[in-house]
Amino acid sequence: MIGLLASILDGVLVGAVYGLAAMGITLIWGVMNVINLTHGAMIVAGMFGLYFLVAALGVPAYAALAPVLVAGFLVGLALYWIAVHRMVGQPPLMSLLSTFAVNLVLIGLGTAAWGTVLFNVQVSLPGFSIGRYTFPGTHMMAAALTAAIAGVLYLFLYRTRAGKAVRAVAGNRDAAELVGIPTTRILALAFGLGVALASVSGALIATMFPFTVLSGDAYQLKSFVVTVLGGLGNPTGALVAGIALGLVEGLATPFMPVSWTLVIEFALFVVVLIALPGGLLSLRIRRRRT
Amino acid sequence: MILRRPFFWIIGIAMLAFAAAPLGKNVELRESLVLAAVYIILASNLNMMLGYAGYVNFGSIVFFGLGGYFCLFLMSARDWPLIPAILAGGIAVSFLAFLFGIGILRLRGVYFALATIGVNEAVMAFVNNFEPWGGATGIYLSTGIFQQLGGPASALWIVYYLLVATMGLSLYLSYFVKRSKFGLGLLAIGQNEDAAAVLGVPTPRYKALIYSASAFLPAVAGGLYFFKGAFIQPPDAFDLQLSTEAIVITMLGGQGTILGPALGAFLYEELRGWLLTSATFSSFQLVIAGALLLVIVLFAPGGLMGLLHRRWPNLKRFLE
Amino acid sequence: MKKTAFAAAVAMLLAGPAFAAGDDTITIGMTVSQTGALNVDSVAQLKGAEYWRDEVNAAGGIKAGGKRYKVRFVEYDDQSQGGRVQQLYTRLIVQDKAQFLFGPYSSGLTATAAVISEQYGRIMLIGGGAEAKTYQLGNKYLFQCITPADYYLTGAIQALKEKDARAKVAFVYSDDPFSKAVVAAARAQAVEAGFTVALDESYAPSTTDFSPIINKIISSGADAFLGGGHYPDGATLARQLYDQKAPLKYVAILVAPDSPKFATLGSAALGITVPSQWEPQVKYKPDFGPTPEEFAKSYQAKTSLEADYHTASGYVTGMLLQHAIEQAGSIEPEKVTAALEKTDVTTFFGRDKFSTDPKSHGLQIAHQMVLAQWQMKNGKLEKEMVWPDAAKTASLVFAQH
Repeated sequence: MIGLLASILDGVLVGAVYGLAAMGITLIWGVMNVINLTHGAMIVAGMFGLYFLVAALGVPAYAALAPVLVAGFLVGLALYWIAVHRMVGQPPLMSLLSTFAVNLVLIGLGTAAWGTVLFNVQVSLPGFSIGRYTFPGTHMMAAALTAAIAGVLYLFLYRTRAGKAVRAVAGNRDAAELVGIPTTRILALAFGLGVALASVSGALIATMFPFTVLSGDAYQLKSFVVTVLGGLGNPTGALVAGIALGLVEGLATPFMPVSWTLVIEFALFVVVLIALPGGLLSLRIRRRRT
Repeated sequence: MILRRPFFWIIGIAMLAFAAAPLGKNVELRESLVLAAVYIILASNLNMMLGYAGYVNFGSIVFFGLGGYFCLFLMSARDWPLIPAILAGGIAVSFLAFLFGIGILRLRGVYFALATIGVNEAVMAFVNNFEPWGGATGIYLSTGIFQQLGGPASALWIVYYLLVATMGLSLYLSYFVKRSKFGLGLLAIGQNEDAAAVLGVPTPRYKALIYSASAFLPAVAGGLYFFKGAFIQPPDAFDLQLSTEAIVITMLGGQGTILGPALGAFLYEELRGWLLTSATFSSFQLVIAGALLLVIVLFAPGGLMGLLHRRWPNLKRFLE
Repeated sequence: MKKTAFAAAVAMLLAGPAFAAGDDTITIGMTVSQTGALNVDSVAQLKGAEYWRDEVNAAGGIKAGGKRYKVRFVEYDDQSQGGRVQQLYTRLIVQDKAQFLFGPYSSGLTATAAVISEQYGRIMLIGGGAEAKTYQLGNKYLFQCITPADYYLTGAIQALKEKDARAKVAFVYSDDPFSKAVVAAARAQAVEAGFTVALDESYAPSTTDFSPIINKIISSGADAFLGGGHYPDGATLARQLYDQKAPLKYVAILVAPDSPKFATLGSAALGITVPSQWEPQVKYKPDFGPTPEEFAKSYQAKTSLEADYHTASGYVTGMLLQHAIEQAGSIEPEKVTAALEKTDVTTFFGRDKFSTDPKSHGLQIAHQMVLAQWQMKNGKLEKEMVWPDAAKTASLVFAQH
């Protein structure tokens, strides 16, 4: 019984971080209808960023998160202008392909530079034990920081002018332009934010698990699954969905071979895409209205 | 009537040239042409979904892999000979594609693209656990399997010719589809799906048909390719990178055209072959692929064929 | 690394004509996983083989039929992917005119390469493909120099039995051909030895989050762990088992702990055992070639790197080929094949003999694994040999770590 609880709780902790990663995708999608396929590469960039700050410069791991966040934001701005700006009005296919192309380039460069060697950031935090089970300290810290970052994002979106402008553009770009919001700059800002979220979630993941240049793909897929479950364009949904997915994984693994979890995740992904394009949360909302 | 169109003959000649190139003895050339043929098959079938109907299939490789699995399973566990096995694989995969299609073709644009990745990953994860197909170990064909075609050496040549034939069929298929009313409907869907529906194009049926049709030849090619290798395992069969390359190739050559994917595949394969054996650049393959794709998407969405057509508009009548 | 590769390539291009011009060169072709998940182990194996090549050439080359042949390698990067392997081996045979081949690293890639080597009738020696299935497909020119997968955990199970005959064992392993083959055999051996199998699960090779499966191990009440895969997952597993304080008294992980890199895990490495094809402390008395100690010392002196079993298997692959050519007195494939089939020798690596039964031709039937464990020695983490008794340098430490 405790084993099951331990499994669920741990799943929730890690799931929260995946939710944070998914928030990056969903924010960008919500604001400009672009699916950022460089998301995976940005997660890896965050991982490497953390690694270098910690290993090469000796910065304590959790302090290194801030520079990674800021760097991610700046890179996001750059990416916007390089690959996305021209694509915003066009069919989604084009922006999909352009971000995809940038992803290929980044991962290719990364592989050429660092091969596929496993990197590990040594973070030692005392874990929390209940009976025979231990929750690694890093998982708990990561979940706590995720909550903090999500909280800050919420405050930004709902309590600052810039944040409100972002929500306005997400709602209706033309109307936002009409009321004098510099939409292009806001789009760039939103993209930067999305990438910042990707890279800081990458850094958080790096505090928990080892990574290679190719890890990005797996986390990008997971982010997509979570994003879809939470409803594209819905940041709160993404966070909740991340936790929910973690919960489901934690619930399922004691009862079935671990290798089946991937199958279930992707099957769920496809099913939700087909049956509930608004994500799992759209179910709740519909019920509330009736 | 179609026989009068020069392009019909151009495809035919190109195919014969391809088949004859290694002159029945240049094995190294044959090996690299095999890969080129596989790329062309994947790209031109993908092109029908991407270039005509405007639906990006990120997981198109799933047809290739499943075709390989069906073929190798039938040959190793049920002792089927090659040709029936690859055909059965093709039919089975088309049918599965039709079933999957019914589900995911309701989705538009981006959602569809994501779903295709999901389908590929789900299938790979499933096959990894599916013991009758060898699970993670995969299926091995014993060396004796090539005896039915006269021994390993001649078997490889036969497989090569079959692949060239499949490639030719892919090109002809894209050509006939494009020239048909069905193709017109697809192009309309690609331009504006809602308008097409309003104008009477039976969009769900057409989409499902093309999705299913675009699965058949890649599945056959998968059967041939993995038979040649005498071995299949999930990471090789469902390699998303090949899907990616198929997309790059289609865009590079010119989506929506017939020769486009073929041209793109050919160029890309040569580039890749060179990169592969160059010590410094072997890991640059993805970088170059990505950079090419980016440049095309940003500046020349019509690809090489688009550029050619713009420069020499008269070419459109002969080369499409 | 990239620069040396480039320089080597340029050097080879320049030196190539010089080499190729002489009839007295033997070209050995191979692919190496320079990139991809298998690169740590594959490159170690390559270095062992290159060391052999350099030694042989320094001594004047391989002697056969009154001539002396210099050895030349041609190698390509297979990126740890099967798709490239066949194209590359075809190129090695047809374009680079390799007379002999060394296999790629890992069972999956070996199977793919074997299709080509058999089609062209080229001898291929395998230093890094343990799965037995590859040798059961009717091959004639394939020769396995290392212990097959089925026996990887035999020693680990024996050692465990000596300490605790009623242990509860958890099998947790990577979902790849090699690890599955190892555990399939080990499972049967464990049951026969009288253990209870408390858990038996595989994970996706790219897994980095083992906490769900570790929780399952804890829930199952297991006190012994057998499994793992290759370097990345093995190392991560070791670390997380430690972080989550899994109450295991005996941990045997495949492949990963054998690499000197494993020591970087610090306390997480302590007590982990690894079935090994070879350790520097083994006490084999070779019929020819260096002793284990000489090999380890000279390799370290020349390359400043420590030798592990991958390095050793790369080296012995070369030695066995050389021995067969010299015995045959010729480089003709048929004669060398016959010589290999008659081989039964002991080198620094141990005893090697190949099966000649057509149903398993080329399978290694003499070489044995040893078991090593990471222990503290004078304040430093060192790998000690703990099994079999005849070869051990320290006793197995059996306790929760």
